Amino acid sequence: MAEIYFDNSSTTRVCREAAEKVMEVMTEEYGNPSSLHTKGFRAEQEMSAARESVAQALGAEPGEITFTSGGTESNNIALFGAARARRKRGRRIVTTAIEHPSVLNTVARLEQEGFEVIRLQPDCAGKIAPEQFREAVTPDTILVSVMRVNNEVGSIQPVEAAADAIEAAKAPALLHVDAVQAFGKLRLRPRRMRADLMSVSGHKIHAPKGVGALYIRSGVHIEPLTYGGGQERDMRPGTESVPLIAGLGAAVRALPEPEAELARMRELNGFLRRELSKIPGVCFNSPDDALPYILNLSAGGVRAETMLHFLSEKGIYVSSGSACSKGRESYVLRAMGLPKDRIGSALRLSFSRFNTKEEAETFVRALKNGLASLVKRPF
Amino acid sequence: MKEVILVKLGEVVLKGLNRHAFEEILRKNIRRRIGRLGGFDVREAQSTIYISPQGGADLDDAAERISKIFGIAAYSRACEVEKDLSAICAGAEDYLRKPLSTVSTFKVECKRSDKKFPLKSPEICAQVGQYLLDHFPNLRVDVNHPDYTVRVEVRDFAAYVHGDALRGAGGIPVGTGGKAAVLISGGIDSPVAAWMMARRGVELTAVHFASPPYTSERAEQKAADLLRKVGEYAGRMTMFTVPFTRIQEEIRAKCPEEYFTVIMRRFMMRAAEKIARGEGCGALITGESLGQVASQTLQAIVCTDKAASMPVFRPLIGMDKVDIIALARRIGTYDLSILPYEDCCTVFTPKHPRTRPLPKFIEKAEEALDTDGLVEDCVSRVKVTKIEPNR
Repeated sequence: MAEIYFDNSSTTRVCREAAEKVMEVMTEEYGNPSSLHTKGFRAEQEMSAARESVAQALGAEPGEITFTSGGTESNNIALFGAARARRKRGRRIVTTAIEHPSVLNTVARLEQEGFEVIRLQPDCAGKIAPEQFREAVTPDTILVSVMRVNNEVGSIQPVEAAADAIEAAKAPALLHVDAVQAFGKLRLRPRRMRADLMSVSGHKIHAPKGVGALYIRSGVHIEPLTYGGGQERDMRPGTESVPLIAGLGAAVRALPEPEAELARMRELNGFLRRELSKIPGVCFNSPDDALPYILNLSAGGVRAETMLHFLSEKGIYVSSGSACSKGRESYVLRAMGLPKDRIGSALRLSFSRFNTKEEAETFVRALKNGLASLVKRPF
Repeated sequence: MKEVILVKLGEVVLKGLNRHAFEEILRKNIRRRIGRLGGFDVREAQSTIYISPQGGADLDDAAERISKIFGIAAYSRACEVEKDLSAICAGAEDYLRKPLSTVSTFKVECKRSDKKFPLKSPEICAQVGQYLLDHFPNLRVDVNHPDYTVRVEVRDFAAYVHGDALRGAGGIPVGTGGKAAVLISGGIDSPVAAWMMARRGVELTAVHFASPPYTSERAEQKAADLLRKVGEYAGRMTMFTVPFTRIQEEIRAKCPEEYFTVIMRRFMMRAAEKIARGEGCGALITGESLGQVASQTLQAIVCTDKAASMPVFRPLIGMDKVDIIALARRIGTYDLSILPYEDCCTVFTPKHPRTRPLPKFIEKAEEALDTDGLVEDCVSRVKVTKIEPNR
């Protein structure tokens, strides 16, 4: 049975280039980059090459890239680091209600520490309106954190409006952009976006799990969360995971041109939208202008978990918009104001460059079969 | 200084002529459970099982496991010394230094089963007590309410010094009470029911019902994890996973919705019984508790029961949920049970189930189904998983 992996926003298959690089570094360039001898120097060169690649993908300087263990750690370092560095200049933090848990739970912690947190609510398309930032950002705002692309529905957030709002309010705020779902898919230019901090993750772009990066614009000071032997310019000390970092570099170099790939994704996504909209009971939760890599839909009253397992038996892997049973429904879809039955039957398809139109066709057939055979239940 | 574990048998000692068979099984269970920890000598004399480590075997791990073996009323960690008064005194001072330096009153109790030992028990108590008073200035003697009791046992081949015994798991040894099949879902109740019957010496087999795609592979994994936890007490067992979707779909299509759950449970009984017979089991075990849900009313249980010809043990029948939860916490299954995976019991649940079903209506409703064929079919597709205890 050929498998169809439509869950690339959860994680991706490691690409051959990255896997080979990881293997090579683990078995050959296994030195400690801090060691003075040649073995250490070569490991350091692997690090530099990876840093160069990530910097290039972001239009940044290599010195602005800090390697981390992934998106969650990048978000934690960015938020805690920024809030603690600026706590004397204000106490307001502005973010959105549909951020990833690694942002939401971090700002909740900062709230306990005495910061005031404003969480902007999305509209029914999963988007924050630009004027909401203008209203929320005050002169005592020290941090604004907003995701570029929402991980559940793919809606693209107006990061520029957040930057405008900070300028208009003359706020001493740092702008953090969680770009985990956008990295490698949209052309990201943090400097042009006026982002001070930007989180990216490796395993969403075919690098191994356990590696990511944080862009820290040069000249921006944030406080580190951990202390140690000075690696990553004291921002993320500890012996570097050279194999994974080198793997991230290789995965970034293997990325296709974002624009060309985006056009291909629009085609795949458009095909699915056309075919699926013919099925009675199917409706889309992703807005039309969402990142085409993500398509969130509700399949007519069949519990998401049931449909997910049904598809899984056929080798088709998707994600349920609502995790597990009652009480754990998607907070993103709820914030968008969707009715209960739509939230309970929400599936998220997320694509990568390895997916094909044939796979999309197979998926449509399987979903039709599932809708015909599975028992519908009230939510 | 040599440290050993002394195991005091529970109800086993009340057995008459069978007593030896019970003890034999208990020793075998102990050997099996601690065997993999390294070398231990396990032998019995004078109603006590002695467990002594050979080489570097770890006594902490062994004690942890001993605490979970049924048939053991109490156990003590003791220091083994020569049968000589000065050795006993020195052993007590050394081995019990930690507890004795933190309390203020104590007494010494002695059992002398070796009647050839020159001193009598009261004399041993007095002398050891005096010795400890001399060596621990913080101590006073209080024979009525001591903070700590030093126990000395003079036995046939050695003397032992220890403090208070620890409570064992109680019950009777697994394997002495026949074999039964437990219907395990993923909830809080069924693992507790399994544990309770194992404590009465029953060897377990498990039957789990899976309804893919309505239930996930994680729900099945959860049932296996629960059994592994129960297995820390009950030993190894086999889990039979029955594919149940077809039966549920048939019931749903052909029977009145209000009877769905009771009819489904009757099918579970039939399938479980078929598997149980093949495994040489004499009974079924369920986690039902009277009145807990619609399918566990007296009338519903009457209907369910009629589908089985084997006796069905329901050890939780008269227990309150809070008591069941307390036991689940003690066994260690509670935290696993509350993981939120849908199990086969909650799939297709009717909106308004009949709480007082009558057997004649149920049987009438079942006429629409090929009962034997459906049971035969699902049992033939059963999946077998070996469950080895966690630790």
